[in-house]
Amino acid sequence: MLNEKVICAGFGGQGVMSMGQLLTYAGMVEDKQVSWLPSYGPEMRGGTANCNVIVADSLIGSPIINDDATCAIVMNLPSLDKFEVDVAPKGKILINSSLIEKKAKRDDITAYYIPANEIALELGNARVANMVMLGAYIELSKAVKIESLHKALQKVFGGSKAHLIAVNEEALARGAEFVR
Amino acid sequence: MAKVLMKGNEAIGAAAIQAGCKYFFGYPITPQNELPEYMSKELPKNDGVFVQAESEVAAINMVYGAAGCGVRVMTSSSSPGIALKQEGITYIAGAELPCVIVNIVRGGPGLGGIQPAQSDYFQSTRGGGNGDYKLLVLAPANLQEMVDMVQEAFDMADYYRNPVMVVGDGMIGQMMEPIEFRTPVKRELPSKEGWATTGTKGNRKPHIINSLFLDPQGLEDHNIRLQKKYKTMKENEARYEAYNMENAEIVLAAYGTTSRICKNAIDKLKEEGINIGLIRPQTLWPFPEKAFQEIPETVKAALTVEMSEGQMIDDVRLALNGKIPTEFYGRSGGMIPTPDAIIDKIKEMLGGLK
Repeated sequence: MLNEKVICAGFGGQGVMSMGQLLTYAGMVEDKQVSWLPSYGPEMRGGTANCNVIVADSLIGSPIINDDATCAIVMNLPSLDKFEVDVAPKGKILINSSLIEKKAKRDDITAYYIPANEIALELGNARVANMVMLGAYIELSKAVKIESLHKALQKVFGGSKAHLIAVNEEALARGAEFVR
Repeated sequence: MAKVLMKGNEAIGAAAIQAGCKYFFGYPITPQNELPEYMSKELPKNDGVFVQAESEVAAINMVYGAAGCGVRVMTSSSSPGIALKQEGITYIAGAELPCVIVNIVRGGPGLGGIQPAQSDYFQSTRGGGNGDYKLLVLAPANLQEMVDMVQEAFDMADYYRNPVMVVGDGMIGQMMEPIEFRTPVKRELPSKEGWATTGTKGNRKPHIINSLFLDPQGLEDHNIRLQKKYKTMKENEARYEAYNMENAEIVLAAYGTTSRICKNAIDKLKEEGINIGLIRPQTLWPFPEKAFQEIPETVKAALTVEMSEGQMIDDVRLALNGKIPTEFYGRSGGMIPTPDAIIDKIKEMLGGLK
């Protein structure tokens, strides 16, 4: 039974909140139980931003992820240092190797090193690094279908931002390809 | 209507507008700022008015004025801001006017912090202001319940001519969950014509909105009438959810965010073959006393879990009236209890019970 608990973390501006929201949205599109919980307050200002996303088949109790994350997606070094401990044994950690040289310390979780910024730059838009990471996560976890994420993108990038959908979809695909 | 994904604070605003709220007066404070922000954007589009007041005191008195005109009006704030509004709240309760007040609770006392807390239970249920008055206090635990309750709060306020408070916390305000806007169960709402200050147009005596009664007998009579109303509320409005009560050895009492964490603890213990129940008050006032009086015989003890140093536990004890021992576990200041910590406390209690 699906019970994915994902921590998305990085600098403010790396798109970790919207990465989490897209995953949440895609879960909702599939009629799954979903919740999205952001960090708020001083820790966000200039430091790390993070959100907890749960996508599950059965009703969600607490939206807080304590030390039972099935996956952590970390976009910068402080996030790796902070959230590696919160991944449950046998869980995954997706590390943005463009910005993080350090390796994961634990050997009871599986680490994936994804050069998200490099891939995003190859696509001509540095801001889609978050989608590269999300694409990799979806490929590994199969938490939601890629089509559901496309639907979510259409919802989020409506109207004047519609031209951004294509590059975001491309980034999702490249992330998935990298870990395949 | 299809489900939408919304942030708690914005969902409250959308629910209020759905319920016909036309006026919002507020003053910024974290963690509820998305709510006034949403209202400032959406109310003007919906034939309404948003005012950012110069202070919380001004905002609640604007609510008092608008409520006196019989319109649907709301304000929101967070703990220290709600403390500032208490004078206005008791005036509104004394003058018997309908309005909805939202408190997205943060840690206290004083200016405290900005992270989630439940330490305003006494402030909400005991009357943070002066005098013998009561608010209807609703405590949703998820966003669907939040939007349902906010909509219903306006009907309840009109039905009883009483302020209704909706209590959330930083987590409920900030998180996103799918919601669906539904129509609340219909109530026969009384006409406001007999008291609302809508202008005499020279055709009738002015209506007077007032909470000052200098004649002691007059004031006591007013109080007796209010108490009668509160009694009706007590009989009709107490609500709770019971979870996993069958064969429960211990019953937990928790509301809002904390109740969700308790459910995680209960589910985890169930896998170990330990049965723990939960009574989740959905109304903090009136408190669902009956739920505690009717707990099954298997229950040997109660554990109240709060994001405070222990406030609702008083009502749990009063409701249980010494029937079973009642213990407390809480975190405060913006710290959130973990399911494991609750499990540890339960196991410690079970050890003592055997």
